[in-house]
Amino acid sequence: MTITDETIDYVGILAKLELSEEEKQQAKKDMSEMLDYVSKLNELDTEHVEAMSHAFPYNNVFREDVVTNQNDRENLLKNAPEQKDGCYKVPKTFD
Amino acid sequence: MDLMSLTAVELGKKIHAGEVSVKEAVQACLSHIETYDKEYNCFVSVDTERAYQQAEEIQKKMDAGKLTGPLAGVPVAVKDNMCMAGSLTTCSSKILSGFVPTYTSDAVLKLQEAGAVIVGKTNMDEFAMGSTTETSYYGETKNPWDTTRVPGGSSGGSAAAVAAEEVPYALGSDTGGSIRQPAAFCGVTGIKPTYGRVSRYGLIAYGSSLDQIGPLAKDVTDCATVLEIISQYDPKDSTSVNRNDNHFTEALTDNVKGMHIGLPRDYFTDGLEPEIWDAVYHAAKVLEEKGAVIEEFDLGMVEYAIPAYYIIASAEASSNLERFDGVKYGYRTKEYTDLHNMYKKSRSEGFGAEVKRRIMLGSFVLSSGYYDAYYVKALKVKAMIKQAYDRAFEKYDVILGPVAPTTALKLGESLSDPIKMYLGDVYTVPVNLAGLPGISLPGGYDQSGMPIGIQFVGNAFEEKKIIQAAYALEQTGSYHRPKKVAERRL
Amino acid sequence: MSKTYETVIGLEVHVELATKTKIFCGCSTEFGGEPNTHTCPVCTGMPGSLPVLNKAVVEKAVAVGLATNCTITQNCKFDRKNYFYPDNPQNYQISQLYYPICRDGKVEIETDGKKKFVRIHEIHMEEDAGKLVHDPYTDSSLVDFNRSGVPLIEIVSEPDMRSAEEVIAYLEKLRLIIQYLGTSDCKLNEGSMRADVNLSVREAGTEEFGTRTETKNLNSFKAIARAIEHERERQIDLLESGEPVIQETRRWDDNQEYSYAMRSKEDAQDYRYFPDPDLVPVHITDEWLEEIRNAQPEFRDEKKLRYKEEYQIPDYDIDILTNSKKLADLFEATIALGAQPKKVSNWLMVETMRLMKEHSMDPEDLTFSAKNLAGLIRLTDDKVINSSVAKEVFEKIFTDDIDPEAYVKEHGLATVNDEDTLKKVVEEVIAKNPKAADDVRSGKDKAIGALVGQTMKAMHGKADPSAVNQMIRKLL
Repeated sequence: MTITDETIDYVGILAKLELSEEEKQQAKKDMSEMLDYVSKLNELDTEHVEAMSHAFPYNNVFREDVVTNQNDRENLLKNAPEQKDGCYKVPKTFD
Repeated sequence: MDLMSLTAVELGKKIHAGEVSVKEAVQACLSHIETYDKEYNCFVSVDTERAYQQAEEIQKKMDAGKLTGPLAGVPVAVKDNMCMAGSLTTCSSKILSGFVPTYTSDAVLKLQEAGAVIVGKTNMDEFAMGSTTETSYYGETKNPWDTTRVPGGSSGGSAAAVAAEEVPYALGSDTGGSIRQPAAFCGVTGIKPTYGRVSRYGLIAYGSSLDQIGPLAKDVTDCATVLEIISQYDPKDSTSVNRNDNHFTEALTDNVKGMHIGLPRDYFTDGLEPEIWDAVYHAAKVLEEKGAVIEEFDLGMVEYAIPAYYIIASAEASSNLERFDGVKYGYRTKEYTDLHNMYKKSRSEGFGAEVKRRIMLGSFVLSSGYYDAYYVKALKVKAMIKQAYDRAFEKYDVILGPVAPTTALKLGESLSDPIKMYLGDVYTVPVNLAGLPGISLPGGYDQSGMPIGIQFVGNAFEEKKIIQAAYALEQTGSYHRPKKVAERRL
Repeated sequence: MSKTYETVIGLEVHVELATKTKIFCGCSTEFGGEPNTHTCPVCTGMPGSLPVLNKAVVEKAVAVGLATNCTITQNCKFDRKNYFYPDNPQNYQISQLYYPICRDGKVEIETDGKKKFVRIHEIHMEEDAGKLVHDPYTDSSLVDFNRSGVPLIEIVSEPDMRSAEEVIAYLEKLRLIIQYLGTSDCKLNEGSMRADVNLSVREAGTEEFGTRTETKNLNSFKAIARAIEHERERQIDLLESGEPVIQETRRWDDNQEYSYAMRSKEDAQDYRYFPDPDLVPVHITDEWLEEIRNAQPEFRDEKKLRYKEEYQIPDYDIDILTNSKKLADLFEATIALGAQPKKVSNWLMVETMRLMKEHSMDPEDLTFSAKNLAGLIRLTDDKVINSSVAKEVFEKIFTDDIDPEAYVKEHGLATVNDEDTLKKVVEEVIAKNPKAADDVRSGKDKAIGALVGQTMKAMHGKADPSAVNQMIRKLL
């Protein structure tokens, strides 16, 4: 499968990655080769197979509706690259 | 006496007997790290001060009779993708620069409760993506058997640290072979437990449906002992399974009489090095002599596991790694024009090439118009691989095979051709897709003296069977140290 | 405008569920609170943290599904919706795409006496996002994750509505059902209920749908009505001038009464949904479903029938009382304390409504207790206070939920029933108003009013007007 520049740019927007020109060319090559390789799966007839997201059929794992967490703001926020007034600070999101 | 030449359980016994204090054990461990890690680079961080502090607390508890477990007081290293409250946790990535979690991975917590002294965090492929430990932001780890070779990966730091006798044992994680393959490359033993056996809480996710934490150690006894401690139900992980059959040390019996062992014919192809081929058949012969019933069979689906794995793991990784965005923790780029520019620059500068490659692939296979063709298709193939194993385990107690098609490769040989590198995971990846337990242990050496790994795979939650088979095999040989390590300890 | 157009509207309604804790962690959902004080590694997207589903969320979502005639998906799953935004800590939202918990429901609405069904396509469970506040000092945005992970259900209707009136009727119907269930307080202004409007127009009589837009940020019924009108006109103008309607998301600014497209090249709207591997499927057994079904409360239609039969109050009253869960609850609780239904209904229908209007409140904002309303009715029944004093006391109950008995005692508001005292006062009033007294004596009955009024005034309102009336007649 041929991967175009547009596809690489589009996936870059989805993945929030900004690739240099060189990286883009490499990514095009890597992705096409990889997609060609994984197309091997098309040899298999999977029409009547159910997709399996979990290997084992477990279900219904729940928490009870009880408050268990205390305020840990100070420690959690310590990791923030930028913070202000008890909040995580980010470039503005409003125009 | 060189304390670091002991196994974890042997050292634990000496500490319990009062022959060695916890502090002495920790001292020995830290001095080995200091002396030898310059050469191997197994560690991302070592916290000496905290190690001594833990040693003191644990000694007190042991003296008061409060800690009676076999590993109390024994030092351990933890792969750097497991969070530890108050300790730097990096996943060997620049993007987690300076990240100090407020919580501790449940597996580490279980070790701490059992009296383990955590001395440091081991190097790994960035975000566990790789099989060489060369993609680490903190430099490559070298194989103690031959420093021109890779230790395997992604738990290369943990495997090399055990082989180099910098620690008695270590924790690793295995998404597609990341415990078993470095164990094989470094001549140590490692277990990837059944999916759900060990809590993933606090393990920084790569492929959430595949990741499992497990031990790397000098022998099967150590691995079974560690696994027994860390495999307890954890309500914080929805995929953790509540069972009471985790008394793995009970399976340490040298008895394989009547055990049915399957040997997949389709494992033995041109890609497999003949010496490894021979080592596996030799292991089969040894077990047969001990009374096991060995049978060759066709497992099926072998060549489809890698493509299915790389679609599923990359897709999950692309989503799991979205949270690294320069907002809440870790690296944020210095200059940016707006929000999206900040996201893109932080992530592009913070992630290495292999991580970006998998994020791009994963984002693509989930994107509009491709989801069914790639992701759903891979999940269906995963179901077929599981069925192939289900059929096999109707007949066999365990499956015997190689861990990797080669022994440890030379540094710098793998990264240029990703697909070729991925093909090295052919014997480990299907086990993760099917959620099964696997153990890797040394099974001989190739012409250049590099260790060869033997793998036993068991049915879901039948770790005891693979431990039993591995233990029986282990009794026919003795643990080998890397030549250099052996020389300097004589 | 030469052609006539039909408006086609579907709604996506988000409702915050009234659980104590968030959907995937043990943090409190309490409103308010300092920024980021109700957060933990899970709801701030810390690496290695894992979600565990709150069972109460499933039960509440199923309850809403049953009440809106949905089919419950007995094996449902969670999916990840991937998009980058700072209020979304993991940069994916855990939601449901492939197997939502409820499907194929319907509710009946009524506008201008005409009834129709609005079909519900699906209801799914998901987590709420955090809050972004603009910081003018640094020209940046500040993120507060207190709301991050608060459980939501999203109720997606079919495009079955044709006017703002139908939209409002549908929303009021949903709100009432959910309030009756107690699964949410559904306050649009506080964001516990939010509606996004999907709207398209087409020439009247055509079958095919036009291109739709989605309008967000609608915080009141009025804003919804205005935004629908605006968007309808905008789309018709485009079509009339030969321009296409673009499928897009628009943000409503209610102050400017204007909407604008929320578009950016960084916003690909390709969410890459896939099953969340961190969560296991939810299996709702027949038994569990039956348990939830059996726990469903009495809904409005059943209540209306019962009120008519049990309480013999006018249909109009029944309609108003049952139109709010809060009012219906107050009504029933007050009766349970021994008050006569008609009297309770009167207090709720007249004085309560008047004061609510005065304070521009919704019934859901009422804070007074049934106990104190029942106490007040008892005081009037026992003639301890007269009706004008009762109204005065009720105002205090309405605002501060005071105990009427204690209040009347403390402020000496009890009616004076002592014959001698009354006689003395009436005698004085007659003496001071000889003309009025004469008029009454000569048969001009109306004149008695002035004497009653004077007596009440002299007694500071604390007399029983009918007793005063009798005393005047007796003495004249």
